[in-house]
Amino acid sequence: MDTKTPDKKTYLFDKPKNVRRVFIFFYSTLVVLLIAEFFVHKHPHFPWEQWWGFYAVYGFVACVLLVLVAKYILRPIVKRREDYYD
Amino acid sequence: MISPLPPAAVFILGALLIPFFKGHLRRIVMLALPVLAFINLIHLPLGDSWVVPFLGQELVLARIDRLSLVFGYIFILIGLISTIYALHVEETLQNVAGALYTGSALGVVFAGDFFSFFIFWELLTVFCVQLIWARRTRLSMGAGYRYLLFHAAGGLILLAGIVMRVHHTGSIEFGLIGLNGPGSLLIFLGLGINCAWPFVHTWLSDAYPEATITGTIFLSAFTTKAAVYALARAYPGTEALIYIGAAMAGFPIFFAVIENDLRRVLAYSLINQVGFMVCGIGIGTQLAINGAVAHAFNDVLFKGLLFMTMGAVMYRTGKINATDIGGLYRTMPLTCIFCIIGAASISAFPLFSGFVSKSMVMDAAGGEHLRLVWFILLFASAGVFHHAGIKIPYFAFFSHDSGLRPKEAPLHMLLAMGLAAFLCIFIGSFPQYLYSILPFQPVGYEPYTVPHVLAQTQILFFSALAFALLLLSGIYPAEIRCVNLDADWFYRKGGRFFYGLMDTVFNNVNRVCDQWLAKGVTGGINRFCRNAPVRISWWLLMPFYRLGKHAAEKSRHYAQTIKAAVENGVVPIGLSAAVSGLFVLLLFFLN
Repeated sequence: MDTKTPDKKTYLFDKPKNVRRVFIFFYSTLVVLLIAEFFVHKHPHFPWEQWWGFYAVYGFVACVLLVLVAKYILRPIVKRREDYYD
Repeated sequence: MISPLPPAAVFILGALLIPFFKGHLRRIVMLALPVLAFINLIHLPLGDSWVVPFLGQELVLARIDRLSLVFGYIFILIGLISTIYALHVEETLQNVAGALYTGSALGVVFAGDFFSFFIFWELLTVFCVQLIWARRTRLSMGAGYRYLLFHAAGGLILLAGIVMRVHHTGSIEFGLIGLNGPGSLLIFLGLGINCAWPFVHTWLSDAYPEATITGTIFLSAFTTKAAVYALARAYPGTEALIYIGAAMAGFPIFFAVIENDLRRVLAYSLINQVGFMVCGIGIGTQLAINGAVAHAFNDVLFKGLLFMTMGAVMYRTGKINATDIGGLYRTMPLTCIFCIIGAASISAFPLFSGFVSKSMVMDAAGGEHLRLVWFILLFASAGVFHHAGIKIPYFAFFSHDSGLRPKEAPLHMLLAMGLAAFLCIFIGSFPQYLYSILPFQPVGYEPYTVPHVLAQTQILFFSALAFALLLLSGIYPAEIRCVNLDADWFYRKGGRFFYGLMDTVFNNVNRVCDQWLAKGVTGGINRFCRNAPVRISWWLLMPFYRLGKHAAEKSRHYAQTIKAAVENGVVPIGLSAAVSGLFVLLLFFLN
């Protein structure tokens, strides 16, 4: 089952250049998404959906909060050794 | 042409044939079952058929309407996909249990009466447990037993509700119930346990990651979706479901973020997705119900796909904890691509299946102006991308290089994953085909509007930004080998506490009883009975001896004489006659 065979081959993301490309693509998409919002006519259910960047900010803040709460509040409460139930 | 069978029958009868075949023949039989079941299903007429008289009531084994058909299609489809995925497994128990499990799920969906519904509902549990135990590890044995106990309890609650309901209405027909009275409340709870509501969800996150690699694909599809179907059938528009669904969508993502076992991460995200469905059923508008059903359909595919990719990783490396794997894209590129497709679908990226169904529930919540619920669902959408959309592919296939260089998944697994991945993209790109089989027609919902696509893409990309920044800054919680407590603590530790308590209390009661009753009182009675003839004879005769001369000196001698005589059964006739006579006299006076 164990297939640990160290190899010298370099793969796609072993080159920092490729990783950088992904990040450049990613960051430029973010900018494009924010700019695109100026040209979109919305017809929302709630007033705050019309605010510029509402979804972007909500997505970002939600995930930061999610991780902070999970890491600093939930984990200290629920984390136990792996053999806790044994 | 032979007339079509009840939908469940093809799988159940077919499952009984499986043990008689071996090798390729068995594979052909197993692959033929879903195909035959599908052909059988489309030949069944709309409405009730296979109506069987039963104790003055009617069992309906094939209630075909738009709601049951959608679930029937997806169950047969995932039955086919999981069978392809499991082609390497030639183990009669698993093969048969898988087919029977699929058959039971179809039985639940097409049952038109409480009796057959309940029977199939319980069979789901029975065959599901086989797929958990089939892994044959100590953890899977424990998880299987807990699963069994949990669902046995849920089944009893459901049964109690059904009995009250049938007693009240006089009919065993299973249809719209709604919350009205204790019977319906118990049925509601019984269904909720299978639906993994908050606090009763632990059987899912506990057992699914412990099942066999192939069994989990079956598991992720049937039990919860059958419960979603039952809720959509019996409790559409029940307000409580909105909040239960929102809670289900919200809380598991926190657990998923800190979980190390990637299949358990998927189990938590399964609860999160079912939350969307439950919420949609609770909202109860046509759009919401359509959305819930469409999301159930899609979830079976993309969650199945994600479990399949993680199963392939496990099959090749024998590991599933994020701490042990990583960097597998190098040698498992196809599995990696399929995983990303599944992740994009569950995260509801435009052009992927989740997008066209999750947004229906969101839109319905917005349309009803359920502000809080809408915010929670939006939070859950961002969160699911975070933990299932990014975390799963990232930690398995990228992240740190674990040094593992496993082979690509075997061909049949790639085929199964490829089929599911294709369907995820196909449904996402051409939603009209899925929409055309939804319960309420016309669907009249257009997911691909510019603001919607933009809003969804923004939320996903900026969640990804949050993930990237947290990871680069080192704040993202490191993967740690650990157990995370959940509500199952109450019965896993509570069970032990209860055991200990019962052990102390009852064993001590037992000990005391043994000492006092068994040894003390019984011994006393025993001694008394053994000595009774001697004592009674002595009491009766003593006064007469006392009358004689030298009574004081001789009484000891007499006592011994009487004792020896009575104990050895050699009492002189005169003496026995005297004692008997005196005894009769005594009784006479006492009366």
